[in-house]
Amino acid sequence: MNKLLLIIKREYLAKVRNKSFVIMTFLSPILMVAMVILIAFLTQLNDSEKQVITILNESDFFHNEFVITESTSYIDFKNMSLQQAIDSTVNLGYYGLLYIPDAATLQEITDKSFFYTKEAPSTSTLDKIEGIFKTRLQQNRLQELGVSKQDFLEVDKNYDINLSTFSGDINIKGFNEIRAFIGGGFGYLIMMFIIIYGGFVMRSVIEEKTSRIIEVIISSVKPFQLMMGKIIGTSLAGITQFAIWIFSASLLMLVVIFIFDIDPATFTGANPSMGAMSTVPDVSMMNEKVLALGVEIFKIPWVMLISFFLVYFLLGYLIYSSIYAAIGAAVDNETDTQQFILPVITPLMLAIYVGFFSVFNNPHGPIAVAFSLFPLTSPIVMLMRLSSGLGEGGVPIWQVVVSILLLIITFMGIVWFAAKIYRIGILMYGKKPSYKELYKWLKY
Amino acid sequence: MNHVLVAKEVSKKYGTYTALNNISLEIPENSIYGLLGPNGAGKTSLIRIINQITYPDSGTVLFNGEPLDPKHIAMIGYLPEERGLYKSMKVGEQALYLAQLKGMGKAEAKKKLKYWFDKFEIGDWWNKKVQELSKGMAQKVQFIVTVLHEPKLLIFDEPFSGFDPINANVIKDEILELKKNGTSIIFSTHRMESVEELCEYIALIHKSEKILDGKLTDIKKAYKKNIFEVGMQVFNPSEIIQELKEKLAIFEDYYEVNENQLNFKLQLNGKSTQEILTYLATKAPINHFVEKIPSANDIFIQTISSKNSNE
Repeated sequence: MNKLLLIIKREYLAKVRNKSFVIMTFLSPILMVAMVILIAFLTQLNDSEKQVITILNESDFFHNEFVITESTSYIDFKNMSLQQAIDSTVNLGYYGLLYIPDAATLQEITDKSFFYTKEAPSTSTLDKIEGIFKTRLQQNRLQELGVSKQDFLEVDKNYDINLSTFSGDINIKGFNEIRAFIGGGFGYLIMMFIIIYGGFVMRSVIEEKTSRIIEVIISSVKPFQLMMGKIIGTSLAGITQFAIWIFSASLLMLVVIFIFDIDPATFTGANPSMGAMSTVPDVSMMNEKVLALGVEIFKIPWVMLISFFLVYFLLGYLIYSSIYAAIGAAVDNETDTQQFILPVITPLMLAIYVGFFSVFNNPHGPIAVAFSLFPLTSPIVMLMRLSSGLGEGGVPIWQVVVSILLLIITFMGIVWFAAKIYRIGILMYGKKPSYKELYKWLKY
Repeated sequence: MNHVLVAKEVSKKYGTYTALNNISLEIPENSIYGLLGPNGAGKTSLIRIINQITYPDSGTVLFNGEPLDPKHIAMIGYLPEERGLYKSMKVGEQALYLAQLKGMGKAEAKKKLKYWFDKFEIGDWWNKKVQELSKGMAQKVQFIVTVLHEPKLLIFDEPFSGFDPINANVIKDEILELKKNGTSIIFSTHRMESVEELCEYIALIHKSEKILDGKLTDIKKAYKKNIFEVGMQVFNPSEIIQELKEKLAIFEDYYEVNENQLNFKLQLNGKSTQEILTYLATKAPINHFVEKIPSANDIFIQTISSKNSNE
């Protein structure tokens, strides 16, 4: 036990004192914040570039429909032929020309209208123009039917059905997605941690092999102790790094928001003007909804979720990093690791994709359940599911128990298997082992 | 005689490959025991079993009369053939770590390290990183780490590889000193000169089997073939040699003109040395008459090639 602590301490210090580790730890938050600022800046830059669209309107059906907005302005051409209008637009360097011919009916006009541009126009521009046409067509049709604009707005109502669980918990639409995102965030964190720090464990084993210190050490301690010490020490270094990142990133973010006075809404991507064309939602209703969502987020069982995060994180990381340690022991240098790493990363990727596609749609469907029980994917998928709660209305308790039991059994199996490979592999030099070879090692 | 280590019919297989086949050894206390054999004979496999890095498939190993047990690890020091240090770790810190892994307390380890570092005059390396050291320098550190915890049994696998002749001598003297202080030493090598100088006992392992073991002097006695090397003061060599050859089994004769010395080897062939000497003395003055004792190298090559030709 005492020796295990010594190994953990050494591995931790070796990792933490490593120059590139220190640089990465302190540089990454700065890079991340810089990236966010850059994105915010570029987004603003993009928005500030105004598109100018010229309109050659020969019909009587369109008058004041084209309203100048922040991002687009319209210029009317009059008494020109189409060719002249195109030439002028090109000469003036404007974005495009909207040609609306004259005809007897609105339908005919819209059928014959053209939008001329240099290159294929952006979808947002098209949406705008098409929206205007669509609204005009609707109005026209309503007029024919004798319905006023006000009456139409009365009719065109959005409706969200009220949601409730059988036990009576009121749910909000979209809330499942938010929960799944939070669960997905945790799952993603686990995957990143496993890939980054599993890689560290592997490289550290390879280093011990290439520096030939391994035999000196395992004449004093058991290979299993060395392997576990390495895995634990490296993960503690990783947790330190994560803690520093989270702390300094949030600190920097606060500073940036404070100094540059950036509206946090820029990051959320919620742009209220987007939906303005159809119906302007009641502002007070919106607020109510946001408030309710906020309340719901607080109602997410954070304590439960974080405790399970720790359990699944621990077990998942131990399983995968043992595999990484075995890979490190089996090869002589990093270039030989490729053939073994791919099968390790595949279930992780699968878990993330299955999680995002299947769990989002139906957190308790058969696929989601299967993947949340399968030990190589369960740490990620189960966490995504657990964000919807435990027990009634959430993940059935038996599934959680079974998945944790399966994880523990797998953990013991994999560690046994990895320790065998490790024990033989660390003393093998100059061979690039095949899977067949590894299978033989298991029997030594 | 007490034995620090006894191996009884130890066998080890790796898959279908037999690394050790029924090896039995007895290593006397306070001796230097040479474990000899060509590359791939199984020396390292045996050493790894003694160090409990691997375990035998069958057979037992006794340390101090008890079956090998993890508690014995602290009483064994092992300098492997494939040896190295963490490159980016500082020398002192690393030595301290390795000593603690052997079960030493930190303060005690520090004190002893200081003693050894002063002895080898490498005190100023303490805060250097290993990657700044030369190979020979790093080997010195490894040697210190191996002997630091004053083990009862020391195992050196090719200890002199990587040392220049001067440092090899320093290490050799240290090994002899350790032996004088009561340590038992297993010395694995295929370099025979050092065996001759250091070992009292040897075991020869070839193709996973022990083919010879015992006290080096006894083995030499057993391997001598009653051959004597003779040098005589002679002025008419061709006549003398003709005459001698009629009476004795003589071979490899040659004449050193400058010294007027006739050299040859002779096989006793049942005659006593007394008899032969008396006869030779009547022919010419004898400069030397020495029994040819086989060197460890001779024995090594002879046994192994005879073994190979038998197969």
